[in-house]
Amino acid sequence: MDILVWLIPLALAMGGAWLGIFMWALKSGQFDDPEGAASRILQDEEDV
Amino acid sequence: MNAPAQTAAVDYTRHVSADAGGVCRLRLIVEGMHCAGCAFKIEKALRADGVEARINVTEKRLSLAWQGVPADGGAILAKAEALGFRFLPVEKQQSEEAAQLRYLTRCIAVAGFTVGNLMAFSLALWFTSPESMGAPTRIMMHWYSALITLPTVIYAGGPFFRSAWQAASRGRTNMDVPISVALVLASAVSLHEAMAGAEHVYFDSVAMLLFLLLIGRYLDARMRLRARGAAADLLKMMQGTAHVAEDGGMRRMPAEDLAPGMRLHLAKGERLLADGTAEEETVMDASALTGETLPQIVAAGGALKAGMVNLGQPLHVRIEKTQNDSLIGDIITLMQKAEQGGARYVQIADRVARWYTPAVHALALFTFIGWMWTGAAWQTSLLTAITVLIITCPCALGLAVPVAQVMAGSWLFRRGMFLKSADALERLEKVDTVIFDKTGTLTTGQIVFENAQAVDENALRAASALAGASRHPLARALAAAVPVKAAEGAHEKEGRGMEMLLPDGRWQRLGSARFLGVSENAEDEKMELWFGEAGSAPVRLVFSDLLHKDAAETVARIKKTCRVVLLSGDRPEVVRAIAEKAGIDIWRGGVDPREKYEWIDMAAATGHRVLMMGDGLNDAAALSRADVSMSPSSALDIAQNAADIVYQKPGVGSVADALDLARRTQSVVRESFGLAIVYNVIAVPLAVLGFVTPLVAAVSMSLSSLLVVGNALRLRKGGR
Repeated sequence: MDILVWLIPLALAMGGAWLGIFMWALKSGQFDDPEGAASRILQDEEDV
Repeated sequence: MNAPAQTAAVDYTRHVSADAGGVCRLRLIVEGMHCAGCAFKIEKALRADGVEARINVTEKRLSLAWQGVPADGGAILAKAEALGFRFLPVEKQQSEEAAQLRYLTRCIAVAGFTVGNLMAFSLALWFTSPESMGAPTRIMMHWYSALITLPTVIYAGGPFFRSAWQAASRGRTNMDVPISVALVLASAVSLHEAMAGAEHVYFDSVAMLLFLLLIGRYLDARMRLRARGAAADLLKMMQGTAHVAEDGGMRRMPAEDLAPGMRLHLAKGERLLADGTAEEETVMDASALTGETLPQIVAAGGALKAGMVNLGQPLHVRIEKTQNDSLIGDIITLMQKAEQGGARYVQIADRVARWYTPAVHALALFTFIGWMWTGAAWQTSLLTAITVLIITCPCALGLAVPVAQVMAGSWLFRRGMFLKSADALERLEKVDTVIFDKTGTLTTGQIVFENAQAVDENALRAASALAGASRHPLARALAAAVPVKAAEGAHEKEGRGMEMLLPDGRWQRLGSARFLGVSENAEDEKMELWFGEAGSAPVRLVFSDLLHKDAAETVARIKKTCRVVLLSGDRPEVVRAIAEKAGIDIWRGGVDPREKYEWIDMAAATGHRVLMMGDGLNDAAALSRADVSMSPSSALDIAQNAADIVYQKPGVGSVADALDLARRTQSVVRESFGLAIVYNVIAVPLAVLGFVTPLVAAVSMSLSSLLVVGNALRLRKGGR
């Protein structure tokens, strides 16, 4: 059972990393404008 | 367009937020944008040195940032306005609602992470015993559970704690009070047990409860935000700008700054923003105010109301009242009054919470005192008391209403109806009077040419050719019904009709009875045009506003349970004819916006519950005053904003569907309450007497919640 001492924190850390990534994505506006993001890639004159 | 040549920029200063570095930010709703292509066009037009523009295509919002002073905003936007788009500042309330939704998403993510990880611990703990697993391992798992659950409760429980605190600090209770108490106590006891190395640890129940409740809260918030959409409200529609005529030029001014005595230039197609008098004869579209389809002729010196649209030649208007004192200001005041009154309604869940919370807390306290009194140890007494709290945890009660609402809401959504207020279905169930507006609600709002058979074909073709050159609604209906090439050389006589001289010198006319020299018959409910040629008798062309196909059937369906009333601003003869066709017995014509409002006030005073159906500005006050209200999605933004439910399906069948569903939803909610009460009656005495361990309590509480959810799932199919 000693392995649990490592495995549980590891699992929690992985879950926590997922949560962190999701929070970052949410905060940086990745889900704000799904329609616009889908179309923006077709815009070839974007000069910025 | 007849827009004045010199147009100054609009002043957005009030809505701009500037920071210390001189960067100004402005958020705007974009009107007239339909696709991503439009968005890129706007961005490109706006982008310049020191200006950043980014459009959110999904939400139709523009974020604008620039280096400079707030007053520059108007000039920057003018470039995009020149492309034909309109911009409205985002109201504070709307951005607050969007922020609340993002906050709930974060809470769900945190709670979801916790629930997922706790499941692993729970399974291991449930299927083993201290003997098979070893007590130290179990204690370690309990501590891990505590480690992730406690921060989650503190963070993700925020929406409930805040709402509970708000209610409690005002001396009220709502469902969030028992939910918060249960969350806090269950966490505290579990922590205490974990510290003591004991077995009664329920972090998993806490996290699961939190997760489920958050989902309900999120769906509720999203439904409301989506229903509101990009809709601007009445104030915003009236915000706009007006062209004030001054010596030697024209100045563009925000509508709120208009003052009596100013002289406005009103272009063709422009909306008047404050009450005034016309300086020249003109034709005005007053449909937003009266709901009446046909344009009105206003003589020079005649009174004009804010909200009317100029259909005639550009004219000058002398302002008589500020915008706040105008009829439109009146409607706003009525709506605000109605909204304050709306707070009187108490949701069923809160009504239950009002007696349930004190009862449960008192019961737990008595259990504790009782056990102490019989000489039990304080730990045992406290544990029993907490078991009582857990078992009575209003999970089932707390879930009954939101789950039923989410299910009913999604059923409505699939049928093109958006629920805008969470408790609309509750209020809808109690309705006993349904009031319809006529144009655009009970009728299609489209005028149709009726008597093609009765008219000679050559005359018809000539009339239609004349009609093709006019923008009058009746003429357009005629031109659409009889497609011929529009006549060249036809002249429009404002407010009377069309006239044309044929090459052989004869005249042709299409217009009002007076224009053709026929005596008028005011009693007739039909809309008419007359067509005549020199040397022959005028012919009458009849039009009508078509009733929705399902109107009569729907009215008959509603009449089984409710009184149906038709209130319209249109002429009484027209209203009577429509009422007869639809099978409505109670009707009134020539009703102005204030009278509609007062009619509902009277009905409410005599104990009736009113559902108002309307689509126009003239209905807005009535829509907010009614117990519950519905608007078609073709309605003006202002009406949609005031309404509790917005429906997309053409016709009026949605009303009857919504009424039926509301009744079924409430019966499901009552069943769920019944289930929860039966469960409590059985479980509570057992818990008080100490026959139930907290684990059994948590399991049975979850079971009762599952029952409630399962019951509500029936509503997904409309509750049949």
